Amino acid sequence: MRLEYFQMVDRIVVHDPDARTIRMEGLVPDQSPIFEGHFPGYPILPGVLMIETIAQTGGWLVLMHLRFAAMPFLLQVEKAKMRSFVSPGQTLETSAELIHDGSGYAVIAGSISSNGKKVCDAEIRYRVVPFPSETLRDTMFDTARRIGVPEEFLAHA
Amino acid sequence: MSSTFETVAGIIAETCDIEIDTIKPESHAINDLGIDSLDFLDVAFAIDKAFGIKMPLEQWTQEVNDGKAKTEEYFVLGNLCRHIDSLVAAKKA
Repeated sequence: MRLEYFQMVDRIVVHDPDARTIRMEGLVPDQSPIFEGHFPGYPILPGVLMIETIAQTGGWLVLMHLRFAAMPFLLQVEKAKMRSFVSPGQTLETSAELIHDGSGYAVIAGSISSNGKKVCDAEIRYRVVPFPSETLRDTMFDTARRIGVPEEFLAHA
Repeated sequence: MSSTFETVAGIIAETCDIEIDTIKPESHAINDLGIDSLDFLDVAFAIDKAFGIKMPLEQWTQEVNDGKAKTEEYFVLGNLCRHIDSLVAAKKA
């Protein structure tokens, strides 16, 4: 994870296209300017970044479901619960299930666990639109390859 | 079993916090009920789930943007319900 660059997930662990599910992993860095402010003397991952982590996990799931034909943007966060603190150096296991593939929007249910304990869960909704920028599109393809998206899903690259 | 309109009106009332008695078949979701695009997606998600369909919102939006249809065709609730019934029938066929 590179928190300052909003890189919240490191790699895909398992993707099941038929079940419309994904599991990913991210290592919370030991050091980050974010921890200097959140909080001095008691560094913990901000809850909004836990939500972002779930949103990105589900976002990759949506991208793969659509074979990268369009880009999901965060639209709505429902039922978000931050169940325990996350410290620097913790490994996060994230998961998401696509619960609705709508026309121009998508809905996932996602969660984060660490050391077998649920840390956060939320339902995330996305507006799904054509890539608004070639730079963004190219960057998403580069990131997809880095995190382990199989080439077969990158047909639109 | 409630009618399509009763189901849709119930969804709108609950999702958008609108008094159900003010929701009529001739109501325009945007112009009369003041539903914005974010709330409309909530409504669309609830309708998709309730009827087991996928309303083609992108296609409808394109038709309106291209001047091939008026917003009334999809946003006046009586018309919307007619489209929902067609989608449900097509799914069963």
